[in-house]
Amino acid sequence: MTFTRKHLLGIRELAAGEITHLLDTAETFRDVSKREIKKVPALRGRTVINLFFEPSTRTRTSFEIAAKRLSADAVNISVATSSVSKGETLMDTARNLEAMSPDCIVLRHSMAGAPYHLAKICNSSIVNAGDGAHEHPTQALLDALTIRERKGRIDGLSVAVIGDILHSRVARSNIYLLTKLGATVRVAGPGTLVPAEFAELVEQGLRIERSVEDAVAGADVVMILRIQRERQDAAFFPSMREYAVHYGLHPEHLKRAAPDAIVMHPGPINRGIEISSEIADGSSSLILDQVTNGVAVRMAVLYLLAGGSRDGFTEEQNGRAKKEKRERKGNKG
Amino acid sequence: MKLLIANGYVIDPSQNVNAGRNLLVEDGRVVSLLDRGQPAPKDAEMLDATGLIVAPGFIDMHAHLREPGQEYKETIATGTAAAVAGGWTSVCAMPNTDPINDSPAVTRFIIEQGERADLANVFPIGSITKGGEGRELAEMGEMKLAGIVAVSDDGRPVPSAGMMRRAMEYARGFDLTVVDHCEDRSLVAGGVMHEARWSLILGLRGMPAVAEEIDAVRDCALAKLTGARVHLAHVSTRGALDAVRRAKEIGLPVTCEVAPHHWTLTDEAVAEYDTNTKMNPPLRSPDHVGAIIEGLRDGTIDAIATDHAPHHADEKALEFDQAPFGITGLETAVGLAFDLVKQGVIDLERLVELCSIHPARIFQLKDRGTLRQNAWADITILDPAFRWTFEASRSKSKSRNTPFD
Repeated sequence: MTFTRKHLLGIRELAAGEITHLLDTAETFRDVSKREIKKVPALRGRTVINLFFEPSTRTRTSFEIAAKRLSADAVNISVATSSVSKGETLMDTARNLEAMSPDCIVLRHSMAGAPYHLAKICNSSIVNAGDGAHEHPTQALLDALTIRERKGRIDGLSVAVIGDILHSRVARSNIYLLTKLGATVRVAGPGTLVPAEFAELVEQGLRIERSVEDAVAGADVVMILRIQRERQDAAFFPSMREYAVHYGLHPEHLKRAAPDAIVMHPGPINRGIEISSEIADGSSSLILDQVTNGVAVRMAVLYLLAGGSRDGFTEEQNGRAKKEKRERKGNKG
Repeated sequence: MKLLIANGYVIDPSQNVNAGRNLLVEDGRVVSLLDRGQPAPKDAEMLDATGLIVAPGFIDMHAHLREPGQEYKETIATGTAAAVAGGWTSVCAMPNTDPINDSPAVTRFIIEQGERADLANVFPIGSITKGGEGRELAEMGEMKLAGIVAVSDDGRPVPSAGMMRRAMEYARGFDLTVVDHCEDRSLVAGGVMHEARWSLILGLRGMPAVAEEIDAVRDCALAKLTGARVHLAHVSTRGALDAVRRAKEIGLPVTCEVAPHHWTLTDEAVAEYDTNTKMNPPLRSPDHVGAIIEGLRDGTIDAIATDHAPHHADEKALEFDQAPFGITGLETAVGLAFDLVKQGVIDLERLVELCSIHPARIFQLKDRGTLRQNAWADITILDPAFRWTFEASRSKSKSRNTPFD
């Protein structure tokens, strides 16, 4: 299966084969970041705009590095420096950027569905880098790449997802991706943040558990969601202290999980609230591997959306390798 | 001027007529219904209505005409042009204009603009509270003298039961029906679509069905307490309909209306974040849609109203969270209601009751909603065989915000 879509708006609409293709492509790009010269010419002459309406360090930097390692020209626009503060609408901003002919617009927005509005009016490819509580597809892909790297598979795994499911785009994208690839997902969190209807999100493979203990029992992967302190005024739970005691992940929890269970978190972490430092810095934590894989996944996504064919990439690579070989030979002679 | 509407099929449940009749009108009033063979005055102009259904003029109990103050969305002239194009001879104008219709001066202005446009009749609805703010009673008596037909704080529901009680007690003294938009704001809390599976999938904040049910139950209880006539606007949930059904069973003067999008579309229509699927109350899940169909069938629902809510294209081009609630409806409602007849949900008599007889009765519009002798000659003629496709680009409304394009 290949990936022929123009946009990456969410995981929900993707077929299992498309997801696997994205992950396979990402795997081939992982090596690029390990080289001394961390750059391939795959997207030379292409323009990628990172349009971020929400503060983000990790995701924006990850997309920027991914674009640059593919030799694309990357431009970052964040809300503080954009004309949005002058009262321009999202649509007008998009039309103006579109007039400069980018190949790809990476959009982060606080409102669900914003990338869909852009996709309707733009010729360039739109990548959803997180839209409100809707989806965060590249996060789910990098999580899957990390799991695959460590576990060798997704199919048949048991994954616990703990925390604010209601407001989490990361949870949604991960639930779609993991269940499509055959994993079982068990979620837990405060009743106010884990609505019962959530079980209907996907047809099979998703279960809502009563407690963190139940969700992590026998789990191969434990995913912790970030608690957004800024939502505290909405009173979904009484206090951070109570949350940390009842819904934070502690070492005792991991004893109930599978012996080689791994722990993941999309970051930035609130130490001592949703995850104890012992776990975050412990051997089961893959939090930094996730960040590393983020670059590879975003390279794959940009490459498949804004790039030429896979063959082109290989030929160019081969061509360059041959040239280098010739040059080395020449030097010797 | 005399006009004979000849060879049509007259359906007027207000006088149990369901037969081929010729309708004679003169100077804006009904003269009589004649048997087909009966001679008509020679000087009458004739309109041939062969194959057509002739009914008392349809009355939209619930429209937002936006004038005064939001003429960039709609004016009374364009709104009533859309009404007439859609088969409505009368439109009741909701008070949430700018300024709000909470005083006789605004009431008179709306009536005058309606007369100036000279298309559909315009019946203003006054606000329940001053500025629609839910704190102090508006001058219902003065507005009634100026011409309002009901009171409502539509769009900004009366937040407290105590305020609503006073409003009902006070409105009763002027024989005004109190129209409520049922929505418990503390439960809706910033929601933008129906709370269920689709709101979770789309990551949009949900408006739970119980928010409507709780206010509907409250209003029914207050109707019992105060004896006021209470009409629940655009009912969209099973729970609210059950509340109305129970109220009717014990003889309370409670009535309700539904809008066509609530029986034709479900919350799944929001899937692409089209802001023309954003309205309040929101599109509901199939179970609620089924309850609306049941209510239309079993008589719990008294009226079909459009909740015509025009908005400028620029406003609807915003993100889903930011775009205003509401869709246009004056030109699509009757067609969608007629589909109910074709599908066998209701018969033609019931359609005429829902769109004309009951609205006239609920708002006590004298000599409307009937073709009795000397009634106003407000007439809606339907062609049951005509098939048409609605094109928003050809709408008479100033706005184009419809999911039915």
